This record gives sequence, C-alpha cells and structure tokens, in this order.
Amino acid sequence: MSKAFVPTAAKPGVITANDLREGHNVWMCEDGWTADPARATLFEDEAIADLALLKAVGQSNIVVGPYLVEARRGPRGPEPTHFREAFRQRGPSNYFHGIQAAKQATAKQTEASNV
Amino acid sequence: MFDVRPVDTDYVRHRAAQFRTQVERRLDGSLTEDEFRPLRLMNGVYLQLHAYMLRVAIPYGTISPDQMRMLAHLAETYDKGYGHWTTRQNIQFNWPRLVDIPDMLDNLASVGMHAIQTSGNTIRNVTTDAFAGAAADEWMDPRPYAELLRSWSTDHAEFQFLPRKFKIAITGAQRDRALVAAHDIGLRLIQKDGRTGFEVWVGGGLGRTPMLGKVIRDFLPESDLLAYIEAIISTYNLSGRRDNKYKARIKITVHERGLDVFKAEVEEEFANRRRDFHGADREALAIFKDRFAAPAFRNAATEAYEAERARNGAFRSWTDTNLHAHKIDGYASVIVTFKTHGETPGDASADQMRLLADLAEQYGHADLRISHDQNVVLPHVHKSDLPAVYAALQKAGLATANAGLTSDIIACPGMDYCTLATARSIPIAQEIATHFKDVGLEDEIGKLNIRISGCINACGHHHLGHIGILGLDRAGVENYQITLGGDGYDIPAIGERAGAGFPYDQVVPAIDRLLRAYLEVRADASERFIDAYRRLGPAPFKAALYPEPAHA
Repeated sequence: MSKAFVPTAAKPGVITANDLREGHNVWMCEDGWTADPARATLFEDEAIADLALLKAVGQSNIVVGPYLVEARRGPRGPEPTHFREAFRQRGPSNYFHGIQAAKQATAKQTEASNV
Repeated sequence: MFDVRPVDTDYVRHRAAQFRTQVERRLDGSLTEDEFRPLRLMNGVYLQLHAYMLRVAIPYGTISPDQMRMLAHLAETYDKGYGHWTTRQNIQFNWPRLVDIPDMLDNLASVGMHAIQTSGNTIRNVTTDAFAGAAADEWMDPRPYAELLRSWSTDHAEFQFLPRKFKIAITGAQRDRALVAAHDIGLRLIQKDGRTGFEVWVGGGLGRTPMLGKVIRDFLPESDLLAYIEAIISTYNLSGRRDNKYKARIKITVHERGLDVFKAEVEEEFANRRRDFHGADREALAIFKDRFAAPAFRNAATEAYEAERARNGAFRSWTDTNLHAHKIDGYASVIVTFKTHGETPGDASADQMRLLADLAEQYGHADLRISHDQNVVLPHVHKSDLPAVYAALQKAGLATANAGLTSDIIACPGMDYCTLATARSIPIAQEIATHFKDVGLEDEIGKLNIRISGCINACGHHHLGHIGILGLDRAGVENYQITLGGDGYDIPAIGERAGAGFPYDQVVPAIDRLLRAYLEVRADASERFIDAYRRLGPAPFKAALYPEPAHA
C-alpha cells in the first residue's frame, strides 16, 4: 500500500484516487477517470506511470490523492493484489453499498435499455 | 483570556457559511487539496476508503429529539439512510458528497449542531457518562462542567494547533463510565471536607502506545477548573513533541518528562493563568447548571411494570439487561442497544432515530444520550412506561436484550470504511455476536466487554476490552491479535496480548474456545470473565486460545 510503488512488467500497477466532488473511488483510464476498476489503465513501465501520476496530480480539480498501486492482469481487466484495494473496488462488507451497488445499478440499466 | 461566548446558532451558521465558500473555492481550483484539507478537517470532513465522511459533534453525548430528527433527515437526504454512533459519543455519516456537505452543515446549524473540532489537533468533544444526571450512583451531574469545558474549548484561539488531538472526559458517578483513565485529561467530580472539586487525571490514552492516566491533582476546587485545565493544555502545547506524530500525545509528554516535572510546570502556569479568570466562567457555570436542571420527575405507581415483567418473559429479560439504576424511585434509564445480532455495531437507520426522538418526547422527558459503547440511552423513563417503550422498540428491531453481554461489542468502522484501518472490524463483531447467539451461550457467559479495533489507533478501545481484538495487516492478509484482561470501568487496565494473531476465519473459533474455557474455570455464574481472569491469571485462557497440538 505504498504510494512509492514502482510498476514493472512483472508487477504492474494502476493509478487510483477519489473523485473530488463525490468522494467515490476512481481509476485512471484511457479517456480520463472511471469508477469501474476493470477499465483502469495497467502501467508496466515506471517512466510512463510516473508521467501519468504527475498528470493525475495536476488534475486536482477532478480527483483527490492519486497514487499508484499494484494490480494484476485479470480476464476482465486489472485486479487488486491487496485486500485493501479489493475493498476499495467492491465496497464495504456489511452493506451492499459502494462500487458493488453502482455496478449492479449499471448492469440493470443496461439490461433495461437492451429490452 | 476566557470569553464566555456560547456557541450559539449564529456562530454555527457563520462557520457553515464559511465552509460553503471554502468548498466553492476548492471546486473552482482556488484552493489546492493541501490548502483545503485542514479546512475540511476543522469541520469534521474526512476522506475515507470509499467516500467522504462527516463526523458531527454530539457534545457529551446529549442530544434533543429535534436534533435527533435532523440526524435522521441528513441520513436519508444525504447519506444511505443511516448514521454510525462513535466511541466518542458522536455520529458519523459514511457517504456524503463533498458538494452536499455545506447543505448538511446548514441543516445542522438550524438545530444548533455542527461538526466543529470533531477532527484536527484541537480539543475534541468532551465526553461523559451516558447516564449523567440520572444514575443512582452519581452524586453530581457532570454536564454543566462538560458544557463549560465545551464552550471554553470551542474555537479557543490558543488551542487550535496543539501537537496532537486532545480528549477530555468527565464523570460525577461512583463507577467511572466515562473512561477517565483513558483520556488526555480525565476529571472525577469528588467532595472533600464538604467542598466540591475534581480529581484530575492526565496522560491517559489508547492508540499505539496505550497508557492509563496519572492523577496530577488529588483535589482541584471546582472554581479553578478552567484555569487548571488551561494550564495543563498550555504546558502540553509548548512541551509536547511536534517532531514525531506518534509521540505527540500528552501521554508521551508526561511519560517522557515525568509526572513531577510536568506537574511543576503546570502548577506554575496555573498560578499565572488563575489571575486571568475573573468570574465569567462562574457566571457561565451557573447558567449551565440551570440549563441542566433535573426534569419534573413524576410520582406514579409501578405495578403495571411489575405485572408485565411477571407476564412477559422477553420483557423481563430485556429489563434485566437493558435498564440502568436511576436516582429517582420509579424511574430507570433505558439502554437501547444498536447491537442486534448480525447487525453493524452502532449503526442507526433514519427510522430508528425518529422513533427514539418520539419515545424520548413521549416517555423520556425529551432527553437522549449517545453512549461511548455505541448505544443510545433514554436516561429518564418512568417504569410504568417501560412496557410501551419496549413494545415500540421491539417493533423497530431495537429491543435486543444484550446490554453489557457478549454481543454488545464496540467495533470501529475498520477497513470497511476507514482509510487508516489495517483490517476489518465490523464483520468480526457481526460473526462473534451471531455465533454466541446460535450456540446459545450468551446469557450463560453474562457480562463481557469485547472491543474490536481495525488498526493500532484503537478507536474500538480494544485495549480496554475484557477481550480485545486488534486487526492488522500481516504480509497482505488480515490477522487479529487478541488481548485479555483490559477494563475501562471498575479497575482500569490495559489488556495484555495473549500470543500470536489469528487469521480472519479463526477469530470466532478462538473466542469460542476462550469463552468455553471461562465457563469451565469460573467459580460460579456470578464471576464475570474479567473477574475469573484476574483471579486465575492468563494461563488457562492462553491455553484455550493456543491448544497444544494433539500427538498421534
């Protein structure tokens, strides 16, 4: 859980932060920031990641406290390697709140619009 | 020096308006996050694991029905329908949006509430006995003094940037339910030679370096309260360590410098400061004493209560556990536990808050308290009204008869919400509560304090648990240390670590072994876990936690 995490091809990472206005967790992706961690950009190169982190720090009117953290390549996108990040990507365990609920709402919406 | 300026609604509104412009300036880029963070923290706004969190002050845990209804309104309008009672008698909202918090503060200001000094290195909410003004074992209501301390410490210019946060607790009862020994300053109202005063404790605290406080003054005349407290804090303000956050609390200052050196400095400062107090504090105290005058208690028969107890076993069981002895005949204090088995300790829904407000108005002289163990107390209920109160609570799922029992667990938010946490607390509490209900041992085990923290900062008071559980991150896996023998009340004690930690799924089995061993070794059913532990020492309990592997 170190902000000084250095990504490599063997140990890639993602950049994550909180949304300034709403507070929810976001991840840096190709077109900006996303609340879906599976869409996060996976960084495998220290220099590219550092540049991206600098860019994130410069977007302080959008996000708060960006940091690089380890992730692994999964079948649907980057996955957390530490349980803290896993909770950040899911939501609390005592209620179905946070990202898990947002995902379900999005899925229902998609389902409805496909009907 | 001291300016008696009650923190009135105008002032609170002014602070809320200030914060609104600060948020606007943050959003339009005029303020950086580094500039904004201290401003938001001064108004109780944290950024947590999933969202912002707003901590609202409930001074000494005392709240009126209209204020409680406002909390319900905030929970419903700006959060996810609930709030969380904290171990410092406050409430936290876990899901507000930054853009909504100015509206929340405006709403709070309309009922005289705020979030000022619920964070930051300032004097935090002054806490006290949840049964203050009601308890049978209390000889003096501490709330006027708590209010004096609150109004004096709010926006106190000298103490806005202390080396670290500062917590004061006060009690006026025989039994210390305010955890005086575990606070930066603890105050016990006492009487000596017919005079009222305080036994003053200093340098207690939990966290990564738990310490019980020490008595710095055996007897402080009550008229010198503010001058002396100011002397302590100003001494600490100058001599407390600012070089290391982990050594910045007053407990370290007192420990490193020694009580005698620290006390000598305080006494010298006290002699100076005392001259600056010209009686305004005395006038304020007189007003506060009026404000906290006892309600008009009524004199009525209690036969209906006794009859219901005889008739209804569930009611009898609830009255056996969830009532606290009141100083007035015919009255009781009701403990409404927010510890229903399997639920999150200390979480209250908007509907539950409204019900409590209604019950307080109808049956409880319009008085409500938030207790440090994350429950709510109706301090003054006539016994003849208890059947009706019980029925209403039962309907709302709030009549669990478990106050002071195994499932009445204090648990911090842990890694389900807190950004500082190293492991989860809430599901451990939920699973322990559910397990002992399922195996039917809760009543047999009797009085027991289990306290769970999700990191060494110890918001869950694990050091003071008869059984304490501390969640840690061990090489990327949740791991839980168990401490034994802590006590916050009768004989204050810091629990001792029993041994190696347990993985998440082994915590409940470990506590099960521990409590079954207690049932085996206790002298009789009246000997509580903590009493048996004190009599026998840790050996039989450690043996239960760490059984010898069976040899084939």
